[in-house]
Amino acid sequence: MGILEVKGLNKRFGGLQALGDVNLEVQESTCHAIIGPNGAGKSTLLNCLVGKLMPDSGTVMFQGKDVLGCKPHEINQMGISRVFQTPEIFADQTVLENVLIPCFAGRDGSFRMRAFESIGSEVDIISQAEEMLREVGMHKKTDMLAGSLSRGDKRRLEMAMSLVQQPKLLLLDEPTAGMSRADTNNTIGLLKEIRTSRNITMAIIEHDMHVVFSLADVITVLAQGKILVEDIPENIKGHPKVREAYLGDAEV
Amino acid sequence: MLGLKKADLRLFLIVVGLVVFAPFLLNPFPESVGMAQFNAGYPDLMQKLVIFGIFAVGYNILFGLTGYLSFGHAAFLGVGSYSGVWMMKLLTMNVIPALIVSVIAAGLFSLLIGYVSLRRTGIYFSILTLAFAQMCYSLAYSVLTPITGGETGLTLSLSDPRILGAAQAADGNIPAAHIFGLGMGESAELVLGDWSFTFNVGYYLSGIVMLVAFYLAIRLFRSPFGLMLRAIKSNQTRMSYTGLNPRPYALAAFVISGMYAGLAGGLMVAMDPLAGAERMLWTASGEVVLMTILGGAGTLIGPILGAGVIVYLESIISTINSSVLHGWFNALPDWLENTLVNIMYPFVGSGWHLTLGLVFMLVVIFLPGGIVEGGKRIAGVFKRNRAEPSGDIKKSAEPGE
Repeated sequence: MGILEVKGLNKRFGGLQALGDVNLEVQESTCHAIIGPNGAGKSTLLNCLVGKLMPDSGTVMFQGKDVLGCKPHEINQMGISRVFQTPEIFADQTVLENVLIPCFAGRDGSFRMRAFESIGSEVDIISQAEEMLREVGMHKKTDMLAGSLSRGDKRRLEMAMSLVQQPKLLLLDEPTAGMSRADTNNTIGLLKEIRTSRNITMAIIEHDMHVVFSLADVITVLAQGKILVEDIPENIKGHPKVREAYLGDAEV
Repeated sequence: MLGLKKADLRLFLIVVGLVVFAPFLLNPFPESVGMAQFNAGYPDLMQKLVIFGIFAVGYNILFGLTGYLSFGHAAFLGVGSYSGVWMMKLLTMNVIPALIVSVIAAGLFSLLIGYVSLRRTGIYFSILTLAFAQMCYSLAYSVLTPITGGETGLTLSLSDPRILGAAQAADGNIPAAHIFGLGMGESAELVLGDWSFTFNVGYYLSGIVMLVAFYLAIRLFRSPFGLMLRAIKSNQTRMSYTGLNPRPYALAAFVISGMYAGLAGGLMVAMDPLAGAERMLWTASGEVVLMTILGGAGTLIGPILGAGVIVYLESIISTINSSVLHGWFNALPDWLENTLVNIMYPFVGSGWHLTLGLVFMLVVIFLPGGIVEGGKRIAGVFKRNRAEPSGDIKKSAEPGE
């Protein structure tokens, strides 16, 4: 049984069938990539998994628990963490504070009033956050405002914010979009390292085939809201249906 | 000390100093000089300064930290005032129960309004709070007259039960508000040559309450809870996807700031036991927004400075009339004197709002961070001058300071 099981997922936007009977199973400790041409329904699928969109029908089970109908924060508390296509960070706060917030969320739950304790006295939480920042190579920028970081650093920061929560499932929405080749390779390295050191299950949506083939254990190809093929990377590479779906959109 | 970091402690001690020595600081000019016009060291005004300080400090917890712009906080001030007067009517003239009940009543009331209003964000939230506050005003003004006294306002009377105190004082008048026998209106006078300083019980009570309120606000700013409130302002989407529910955090901030407003309302009636519906009017809500922005929203000291500036301008400038102006320019030739008086006249007296508007515009355009930012810039210039010889660049102060 997979850690995440999606069954018969349908989502319609007016006349557009964004998702049509999508079945997906993400196995524990694997990296599952979801690829497909633009408009294939990748983002819709992801949004259904994190509570942003409600599908018309189907079920999404995470570790045997029903996820559908839960709010984003509840789903996150279950252990699903999401990294966005354009980094979503707390721009007005410092890098360290950005990582402190998920640390507190992990310890105190979705709401807890700690109005009279000082952040400075939370030594454990601070060292946890600093360690995480060191791991992603941002420990020299802890006092910078997150909004003033470069794009690559923002991504790194967002990754740190997700990882520090020690999620059971990490959803990555085009984690290398808009990155330079060097940054992309750094990110691949970081993700590989995380997989070996923390054994986190990952589901990744990506356009960059280089990233997909360096990381994925299983690849699902989505086109026009339907699953085309699901297989290990070696078999996907030369698959005629995949070539057809992309029509030279990317060199598969 | 006090669980505060060094910089915060210093700030707090400065405010303590200002509050304690306000009777001197606000009375710099001797009585006989014309400049005595600008003295603000009399009890009524000093009480108002610190009470509005409390109101603004509380408002800043909501607006400064979470970014939710409420246009209805005067309603909570009004609720606090009415409940304060009712405690004095029913229970005792001791102000302590009045203050406690004011805070509780305003807290419950803001829980109700906040619960509904916080379903929306941005401009819709502001409009909802504005609508609620205007509803409260209308209710207090007409429908709820038996509770609020309607147009005339809620006042004490000789026939009030006051079950824990005397219905009337020994001299047959309505008894005065007091704290364990110490009357709010009692003052000690210190005359030093041409200066006279007044130390008023009511002012010092309000001052102590403000210091406590300010201290709690500092603790809140530096707490994990304060961090979450700033996260709301920064990025609510990220917050939900980080496993945090923004709604209860925002509601808690709303209720806390409502309770501060109630406390301010309670203190107002402790100083002067009457409450009117106009206290809930939208202009009153707007005033606290101005105070917070003028001083510097999201900063610790800003709201207090903003409240101080606005209350001071209101009281002092509104008392200046044309004869005072003529007095100032007496020495000039007649034509120049008249021209100057004519130019300045619209900005003083009942036209003080014009001056306020000008000051506000200048601050918002040139110092978007309010008075606090101005202070920081000045401090920055000095620091740079001092640092230049050694060539090291000081790191800027931490955000939220």
